[in-house]
Amino acid sequence: MKRVVMIVAILLAGLHPAFAIDPLPFKDRVEEVRFQNLTRQLRCLVCQNQDLADSDADLAKDLRRQVFEMMQSGKTDDQIKQYLVSRYNDFVLYDPPLHAGTWLLWFGPFVLLAFGAGVLWKILRRRSRAPLGPVDSEEDW
Amino acid sequence: MSRLLPLLGFVLIVALLAFGIHWNRSHDMNWVPSPLIDKPAPEFTLPLLYDSTKSLSRKDMLGKPWLLNVFGSWCVTCQDEHPVLMAYGKKLGLPLIGMDWKDDPDTAKRWLAQFGNPYDTIIADENGKAGIDFGVYGAPETYLVDAQGTIRYKHIGNLTPEIIASELKPAIGKLGKERP
Repeated sequence: MKRVVMIVAILLAGLHPAFAIDPLPFKDRVEEVRFQNLTRQLRCLVCQNQDLADSDADLAKDLRRQVFEMMQSGKTDDQIKQYLVSRYNDFVLYDPPLHAGTWLLWFGPFVLLAFGAGVLWKILRRRSRAPLGPVDSEEDW
Repeated sequence: MSRLLPLLGFVLIVALLAFGIHWNRSHDMNWVPSPLIDKPAPEFTLPLLYDSTKSLSRKDMLGKPWLLNVFGSWCVTCQDEHPVLMAYGKKLGLPLIGMDWKDDPDTAKRWLAQFGNPYDTIIADENGKAGIDFGVYGAPETYLVDAQGTIRYKHIGNLTPEIIASELKPAIGKLGKERP
């Protein structure tokens, strides 16, 4: 029984989303949700696979506070993002904007897909043109 | 030919992966290019570490090129870098300004007393705001600012004699040529 309770407790603990804890004086739930949303779209520069919301790095704490203060002073999400991008590059955004420097990133996969489709089409066309003679037993792969 | 096609594909994939490994080894994967290169250095006015009644601002440094080195007594890599600054700081021919970033001034002074002070002036950025304006994310970081107050070069991580010779000195040399 004890074990069951323990397991349930552990599972329940996992349900709560993990936020790095530094209590900020949000005026209401809406503002808090906006803050969490925004910091989830921003990368922590110190531990680069974490977002700003989750990171425990000291700089992330400072940047969260900065984001919070900018929200308080009435800045829009875009202005806050721009503030960070102008200091830390597009890299802080998990969703990189489309511009000349990111074309390859955005369209590279489609170019590869088109290339693959081209190769496939060529092979299929060659096969369909080939005479339907007896199958060459050596050509079994 | 069509028999060789899979082999060719395989070779291509191997080449791609080998390139990936090579790229990973020869590049610092945490390196983020600074958007501030060739842009005006951010405004700052910070108290001096050794005399907090006085302060230094961006304006005070206009008219001559200078180096900004962001450090902190809490920063382990800064300790590795420190002997290099002690050895090269005075030889580079520009004022070397230290920015004591997100640090307790007293601890910083003790740290400098222990290891030596390679800086001409040290400014204290206790809450780290000026550092954020400079786009600092991993101390130590070093900036080269020209006479017009434009950031011309930035190095993230510790300066080594190799980096000073291959990157910093050429960047300083370029400034020299521009001067009338």
